[in-house]
Amino acid sequence: MGLLSRKDAKLITDPLADNNPITIQVLGICSALAITAQLKPSIVMAISVLFVMGVGNVVISLLRNLIPSKIRIIVQLIVVATLVIIVDQVLKAFAYSLSKELSVFIGLIITNCIIMGRFEAFALGNGPWKSFLDGIGNAAGYGLILVIVGFFRELLGSGTLFGFQVLGDPVEKTGLYAIGYENNGFMVLPPMALIVVGIIIWVQRSRNKDLIEEN
Amino acid sequence: MAINTDKNSYTIIFAIVMVVIVGSLLAGFANGLKPMIKANERYEKQQNILYALGVNNNEGANDVVFIGTDQVEEEFKTYITKQLVIQGDQVTEDDQAYLIDISKEENKAKKADYQRRLPLFVANLEGEELYVMPVRGKGLWDAIWGYVAVDKSMTVRGVYFDHKGETPGLGAEIKQRYFMDDFTGEKFLHGGAFKGIEVAKGNNDPKNEDKSDNEVDALAGATITGDGVSAMLRKDIKLYVPYFKTLNN
Repeated sequence: MGLLSRKDAKLITDPLADNNPITIQVLGICSALAITAQLKPSIVMAISVLFVMGVGNVVISLLRNLIPSKIRIIVQLIVVATLVIIVDQVLKAFAYSLSKELSVFIGLIITNCIIMGRFEAFALGNGPWKSFLDGIGNAAGYGLILVIVGFFRELLGSGTLFGFQVLGDPVEKTGLYAIGYENNGFMVLPPMALIVVGIIIWVQRSRNKDLIEEN
Repeated sequence: MAINTDKNSYTIIFAIVMVVIVGSLLAGFANGLKPMIKANERYEKQQNILYALGVNNNEGANDVVFIGTDQVEEEFKTYITKQLVIQGDQVTEDDQAYLIDISKEENKAKKADYQRRLPLFVANLEGEELYVMPVRGKGLWDAIWGYVAVDKSMTVRGVYFDHKGETPGLGAEIKQRYFMDDFTGEKFLHGGAFKGIEVAKGNNDPKNEDKSDNEVDALAGATITGDGVSAMLRKDIKLYVPYFKTLNN
């Protein structure tokens, strides 16, 4: 037996692929569109959500028998908001330029539907360890898509990765640019994030026909 | 004993306990991290001021790279020789002048009996005296601000603009090199009279080769942000004109 039982492992691996919060449940799209123009903010956002969801799910799960059902949504909101403010403050203290770049979107983690969704659907009914795995799994599934989208948008839109020019210098015309390649400025704009997410959904469903909904 | 979580009294007690715990947790975090956040804000101002002067780590043609936070304080001391505060006719030196909150000053100045404090940074760049002025105004959605570096005759040597929430790809482009670099060489003073620099749409000079027309080429799709930049320069730079006149006499 490994570190995790098969059932526990499924809690992590399921949201990465066959039950991905973005491509299958189509949650958390707003931030996926907004911050994926570059790879670095995508990764920071993914890590932030990972922290908020992992800890948040555990807290909610520990409190699940104490939370009065009448005010459970408010309690969930307070837990998310607290964690998000902590993330925001820590970023401001240790990664100032990054926190400026992400600006309102860190605050908007509070409204990320995936988080409230997992609190309500999973953490309120399961133990802390399972909830932790579920939170990490879903956040990782979300982060994975964010990073994939960020990778393609930065590469094709700006010709860079993490700010490094990987395709050559567009001004000096070196590398790919020497043979007439141009950056696609449209990739930097939010609509292309939607199209990239659409392409990921398409690829995923054509590989696994079970995911296609019947009308 | 199972707790009856449906009772109103329980709900209220739960809410109160929750708020107290969360409140003290957040207060603790905010207090602990405050010095670091304050330092970052300070560095940012110094970086912006130095950027307007042309002291930066730019390499490529489109780069906007500041001096690193580990060096900025030292570089700031090297280049900025004096920090002045102009209040009416009085000019005093104050090495904390860069921390003056100019939006607060502007609000206070609305009262008739208050003379607004204007920070001015005097820099020495390769033997020449340059002056950096902060400006602040309104864009389309929220505040825009920046720093303008000029020489003695109020000819622009460099600018830095930033914004809080302009539209990405449109108004947010004011912090791009191709827009900011256009300002260099434009003049605020014409025969002793102040004239602003307009972000002009109908400008027949997109490469901005004419440096005496007091116009720079506007950004497509960002009319209101551009007008905001024009208004901000007109309003705030004008306040410094009397000081520059005393300099030139």
